[in-house]
Amino acid sequence: MKWQEVHITDVLVIGAGLAGERVAIEAAMHGHETTILSLVPPRRSHSTAAQGGMQASLANVAMGYGDNADIHFEDTVKGSDWGAEQDVVRRFVNLAPIAVRQLAHWGVPWTRVVPGKKTLPSGTEIEDLAEKEGLIAQRAFGGTAKWRTCYAADGTGHVLQYAMDSVVVKLGVTVHDRMEAVSLIHDGENCYGCIARCLRSGRLRAYLAKATVIATGGYGRIYGTSTNAVINEGTGMAIALDTGVVPLGNMEAVQFHPTGIVPTNILVTEGCRGDGGYLLDKNLHRFMPDYEPAKKELASRDVVSRRMTYHIRQGFGVESPYGPHLWLDIRHLGPEHIHTNLREVASICKNFLDIDPVDSLIPVVPTQHYSMGGVRTNKDGDAYGLKGLFAAGESACWDLHGFNRLGGNSLAETVVMGMVVGMRVAEYVREAPLNFTPRLVSDAAAKQEARIEALLSNKQGEEYVYELRRRMEETLLENVGIFRDHAKLEHAVEVLKDLHARSYRIRLRSNGLGPNPEVGAALRLPGMLKLALCIAYGALKRTESRGSHYREDYPQRDDTNWLKRTLAYWPEGAELPELKYEPVTIIELPPGERGYGETVRSTGVTMGE
Amino acid sequence: MSNRTLTFSIFRYNPATPEIKPRMQDFQLDETADMSVFIALNRLREEQDPSLMFDFVCRAAVCGSCAMLINGRPRLACKTLIKDLPEHITLMPLPVFKLIGDLSVDTGTWFHDLNIRTETWIHTDKNFDPKAVEERMDNPTALEIYEAERCIECGCCIAACATANIRADFIGAAGLNRIARFLIDPRDQRTPAQIFEVVGTDEGIFGCIGLMACDDLCPLELPLQSQLAFVRRKMGLAALKSKRN
Repeated sequence: MKWQEVHITDVLVIGAGLAGERVAIEAAMHGHETTILSLVPPRRSHSTAAQGGMQASLANVAMGYGDNADIHFEDTVKGSDWGAEQDVVRRFVNLAPIAVRQLAHWGVPWTRVVPGKKTLPSGTEIEDLAEKEGLIAQRAFGGTAKWRTCYAADGTGHVLQYAMDSVVVKLGVTVHDRMEAVSLIHDGENCYGCIARCLRSGRLRAYLAKATVIATGGYGRIYGTSTNAVINEGTGMAIALDTGVVPLGNMEAVQFHPTGIVPTNILVTEGCRGDGGYLLDKNLHRFMPDYEPAKKELASRDVVSRRMTYHIRQGFGVESPYGPHLWLDIRHLGPEHIHTNLREVASICKNFLDIDPVDSLIPVVPTQHYSMGGVRTNKDGDAYGLKGLFAAGESACWDLHGFNRLGGNSLAETVVMGMVVGMRVAEYVREAPLNFTPRLVSDAAAKQEARIEALLSNKQGEEYVYELRRRMEETLLENVGIFRDHAKLEHAVEVLKDLHARSYRIRLRSNGLGPNPEVGAALRLPGMLKLALCIAYGALKRTESRGSHYREDYPQRDDTNWLKRTLAYWPEGAELPELKYEPVTIIELPPGERGYGETVRSTGVTMGE
Repeated sequence: MSNRTLTFSIFRYNPATPEIKPRMQDFQLDETADMSVFIALNRLREEQDPSLMFDFVCRAAVCGSCAMLINGRPRLACKTLIKDLPEHITLMPLPVFKLIGDLSVDTGTWFHDLNIRTETWIHTDKNFDPKAVEERMDNPTALEIYEAERCIECGCCIAACATANIRADFIGAAGLNRIARFLIDPRDQRTPAQIFEVVGTDEGIFGCIGLMACDDLCPLELPLQSQLAFVRRKMGLAALKSKRN
């Protein structure tokens, strides 16, 4: 590695979505030189796609009066099916209102309270008080006892990301976009930065830093059919796992969102149901009240997704060339509401389905959406295993969400955790020396150079990257989805093991020169398969059902044996992850009923029978 | 639906092989139901030429990555349905922006530069107080800011703009819309006169020659024409005022 290809900084943040930028802002505000690497210009990050909103217990709207951090805490822990770290949840719920208000200070045009009497779609009359006029408004989301989700029309993620990035620009934080981290530089004890591939030139570069932060979002794209952006391939998690000493937490916890549209799997916001939308089956029957009389469409996402899949299995799905689906009906909300608060939904329907939801039903099916698992960190964001390595946002397992994340808690987590980890990083960097040996850097670079060289010289065999990738996507969707059992998971593990071995024998079909996308895909694939194996193998070993992890052969939650978090390590050269377990921190709320109809499963009546 | 065989003529250039001059290359593909340019390009890359360079992120018309010239017009490839196009489809990279390779251009650097030049962040001397309740704002104002804030920096308006195509420093409709967003926002303490210092030039509001292709081609249908008029009016008033003083 030539030394002009080395960039030195205090804080290196990999990923420029909301979490990464929030960490960078905090570090920069503390006076540290900060560099962000991003696959794309920051304002293109997947965070911008979030439509729904951000939970914070402001208690500004009629249906939120009396809300406070304690109720937000209880909702989050119940939503997690007791998989969350309660000290983390406590800190999060206390800080969320501050984070929302700081974003207002930075320019986010939050939708505001308009006082007056209103009638909900259910017929209930409510009144927003004049004394709350102009404060930040909130809407309903699934799994929450109060209306708590702050929003900006339905482009919340977009306005948050733009406001956040404007602060990054203002502070003069260095951003290198079109840069993809391909490995961490470490010696088994400390992390010193990363090796990255420039997506403009195809060349490698070393980034050296006192602190390195992984904030690369989720891995939805390993499922192929996902609401995630096409750049969400889990590379941050994969390079952490590759170190052999940093574990990933709870990778088997994969959330499916109830309303991905058919056939493109683009998400329509939970705000549709929050604002009063219904789910209908092929007979136009509203089936959710049959399963969940109290919460109906607003039960937790894992519960609604399972009910929908179960209902389709019972033969009530609408047939289509893309398989059976259900309907989302928001017609009764009226054109005015749809074209202001759900306008993004209306334009998605127009652009991708050629329908207007004011008078048409929306075809929906549960779709892979969120990864609760990620780089395991402590409550300050320090990754396990390596000093100087941190993680934030969806790529981290902090662990706020346990086995199921509530809608509106992911945007909130990115910003709150960004704040917390940013402070921790700023403090760490103040004391830490920039301490590395040139040998370590050149060895790390040489290893990646060798991988690229081997690909370019076509020595590695006959496998085709996109073919292996398609097999991985299908295997996960078919066997590691909403309903799981021993046979399917065991099958998935075997297939994925084989694909993983083959992923080291890829032969390029193109010349591979410059910013060639096939090289990027080939470099990424072994890491994606490792993630896939962590998910499938972790799910195979977890013989219980908890949150989004639902085993038909073990339908009950088993707190006696499984009130613990999976840690997946990948020793060098291994063909399967090594699983360890740690207890979940319970400080306030002992495990109990979640409050959904589905808790009948603990009395032995299970779904899918 | 028809069983059309599509021909894609795609602009090709890889900066790593400068000896191969930019050229158009033809690909054939069978049309399938609900095919978009996004689906077509991915199929071409996976099935025919894995070196093909193009950008997509959200594939849902919210991130702005996939703007390109489709049969000569700047559009988002993800929301362009093949059924609305003829059998022969020409794909070219956006003009104005620096070419990265094939259909991929560098909008990030261009917009980053714009944001620095126009200082598109909230200018305020107030400090954030974590203990205080948020400042109030009336909801129509919030919605008005949101309207202008919806721009996704895809670059279609810039690529379509005659002025931007002949002068590299013109901030274009995206830049002026961004200015409008901060003029509306009561949290931003800059006066129109201060903003005039930034955009009261030929690189700013006076560079616009009123062809309005930006307004015709904005994939989000932002009201760029009225935003331009709004900024022009504000800037005109600011200029008059400063003369009077």
